[in-house]
Amino acid sequence: MAKKVASSHSIPFWRDIRVLRVIAQVVFLALIAAGIWWLFNNLQYNLQASGLKIGFRFLKNTAGFPISEGLHYSPTDVNGYAFFVGIVNTLKVSAIGIVIATLLGVIIGISRLSSNWLVKKIAGVYVEVIRNIPLLVQLFFWYFAVMLTALPLVKNSIHLPGAIYLTRRGVYMPWAIPTDSFGTWAWYILGGLIVGAGVYMFRRTQLKRAERPGFPIIWAGTVFILILAAGWFITPGNPLKLTIPVLNKFNFTGGLSLSTSFTALLLGLSVYTAAFIAEIVRAGIQAISKGQTEAASAVGLSKVQILRLVILPQALRVIIPPLASQYLNLTKNSSLAILIGYYDLMNVGTTIFNQTGRAVEMILLIMASYLTMSLLTSLAMNYYNKRMKLVER
Amino acid sequence: MDETRKRSHTYGDDELPPPIERIPVLRWLKENLFSSWFNAILTVVFTVFIVVLLLGLGKWALGARWEVIPANLKLLLVGTYPLEDIWRIWTTLYLISFLVGSAGGSRGGLMRQISMTIAIVSVVLAILPFGLMTRGWILGMGASTGIGFLLGHFGKRFRRYKHIEIGLWVLSLPVTIMLVNGISGLLPVVEGRNSWGLMLNIIGAIVGIALSFPIGILLALGRRSELPAIRLICTAYIEIIRGVPLITLLFMASIMLQLLLPSNVRPDLLIRAMMTITAFEAAYMAENVRGGLQAIPKGQYEAANAVGLNKLLTTTLIIMPQALRLVIPAIVGQFISLFMDTTLFGFIAILELLHISRSIMGNVQWRGTIFELYVFIGVVFWLACYSMSYISRRIEKSLGVGER
Repeated sequence: MAKKVASSHSIPFWRDIRVLRVIAQVVFLALIAAGIWWLFNNLQYNLQASGLKIGFRFLKNTAGFPISEGLHYSPTDVNGYAFFVGIVNTLKVSAIGIVIATLLGVIIGISRLSSNWLVKKIAGVYVEVIRNIPLLVQLFFWYFAVMLTALPLVKNSIHLPGAIYLTRRGVYMPWAIPTDSFGTWAWYILGGLIVGAGVYMFRRTQLKRAERPGFPIIWAGTVFILILAAGWFITPGNPLKLTIPVLNKFNFTGGLSLSTSFTALLLGLSVYTAAFIAEIVRAGIQAISKGQTEAASAVGLSKVQILRLVILPQALRVIIPPLASQYLNLTKNSSLAILIGYYDLMNVGTTIFNQTGRAVEMILLIMASYLTMSLLTSLAMNYYNKRMKLVER
Repeated sequence: MDETRKRSHTYGDDELPPPIERIPVLRWLKENLFSSWFNAILTVVFTVFIVVLLLGLGKWALGARWEVIPANLKLLLVGTYPLEDIWRIWTTLYLISFLVGSAGGSRGGLMRQISMTIAIVSVVLAILPFGLMTRGWILGMGASTGIGFLLGHFGKRFRRYKHIEIGLWVLSLPVTIMLVNGISGLLPVVEGRNSWGLMLNIIGAIVGIALSFPIGILLALGRRSELPAIRLICTAYIEIIRGVPLITLLFMASIMLQLLLPSNVRPDLLIRAMMTITAFEAAYMAENVRGGLQAIPKGQYEAANAVGLNKLLTTTLIIMPQALRLVIPAIVGQFISLFMDTTLFGFIAILELLHISRSIMGNVQWRGTIFELYVFIGVVFWLACYSMSYISRRIEKSLGVGER
């Protein structure tokens, strides 16, 4: 900035930068406010013409439409609860998708750096093919072509080892369901979590005082599992029961059934996001120069120690921020569920709109839900970056 | 859908790539496929996997009913566009290939390669068994590229030629839209705009990127402004748009936009879709441009200040040209993801390539051709996106991004 002239009183106000800045902002805000006021005015006029009033009371009305996915729900429940079921479904498919995409992505990312030429090439082809085909095309492929056309009818289902059945109606697999004594056992889970967290804290401060690296999580995990096991034997009757899908006259009963649209969405999202995660992992590992490994082995660290103490902490700092934005992308992309009939929050939201005609309110609710997820992710990322900055030189 | 495109290492002037070593086949095999027990097992397992996969795919491809593609090619590419008006699309393609050829002739380098590719592809396509008419049209594209190339080659000695070229490029977008859509008074307006197949994907992506470019620049400048009110509003806009999926905005465009506008303004569905992707892409464009702005060292501002340029001149003459040059690859990446995102148009009943194919699948005559159609669509998108990302990597190299 140029140095300001010392005697500011000699400058007329229309050339005084301080005044001009205030005026510029006031004019800008006034323009924005006028625009919003104009839109709002139109909205009110249009709503009046159609006899609607903005308000969220319709959420307490009976929904009246079925949702065949997720939490226990019946059409007699209210709209607000239906929307909540949609949110839980979005979180469900996103959470499972994130786990699968991460596992797949890490494997493929490491494979791209493999010393085996064939493995490297296959991983490269995977990434280049998947990233350059629109996600919606892939979802349609999984849903309409694979799930609804290629898979057999229920009576000739494909039987995979472990009592997993693939059919045109969905995927069936064994599952543990809670029994009556699960409630008692749940207290042991809670207790195990609390004690485990205590052990984690204790171990961490101990290690810090001793200035020794280590994995406090292993101790905490062991304690947690021990408490769970103890609870399992103390509780009368088994808290969980294994059920296996059995083919009846028309369909499978028992076990866990995944709907076709859920399976297609999960597959599509995981396969697509894994390609991007693979690139992030590859870039993160490549970002650590070879000299680091050499220097670490020169001071006598073992291979495991090098990975744990030198490579991973640095690579993770490069990997985690873009990884978090991929997780967020996956969650946002799960909104494509509406096009293949999975009841996520977007789908339930638009259904409620179709039933009630509440356009403004539903759009606000849907956007607010996604924005909350984005905001929470970016808050977590800011916290992480702040913590990581302390380590930086 | 954010892209994290890979950056290839490029060699500077004083740096030479390592010499290429000739390795005998057996040693190559040993080093790259059988260097250890583990690697040998991996190689065997994956070879079997690949062979089985390719055999299965080959068997399927030989038995597939590929005739569904040529029989519906017109529907997939331009949808319900009337046949008697199809010359307009060809004219547009001629105009663009002429401009590409001209740029290739006058500038060389990457544009030259692209125009060569167009010429070669049009000759190859003309060999395929299309109708005689279509072959003629296709060959015309190669010819117009060639004419453009010659004109550019000899025209470049005139000082104004390149300026005229840039002007023509800028004009090409409105001219294209007028030609394809028609304009009242001059050319009859074509009806049924909401089902034009692949053409809608292309138009949507080009319009979206072109319109979001200026808005994105303004938003990026606004986000870096010293005035808190402007900064706050711009940041809020960018973050809100980036925080929600495109499909929610499309939903909003299809049902809520008419509530926000006066009752006598009822934009056409396609226009609303274009407005939506422009608003959506502008936020992402702003972040790309901001990335470029942040990469400009402070010294550039100080030097501009020292020679007496004011803020406006500093931005337009010193900072922006450098920043935009840096973000060209990122913008190409954004164009690719926008092109892929146009498949969501189907959600608001605009039948682009992916959704118009569903009408063929619903046709009794073509029952059971679902895999063929999805494979075709996947290949079309893949070819387009992969070649664009290849071009983007080439631009990156020729601009020397990452070397300075």
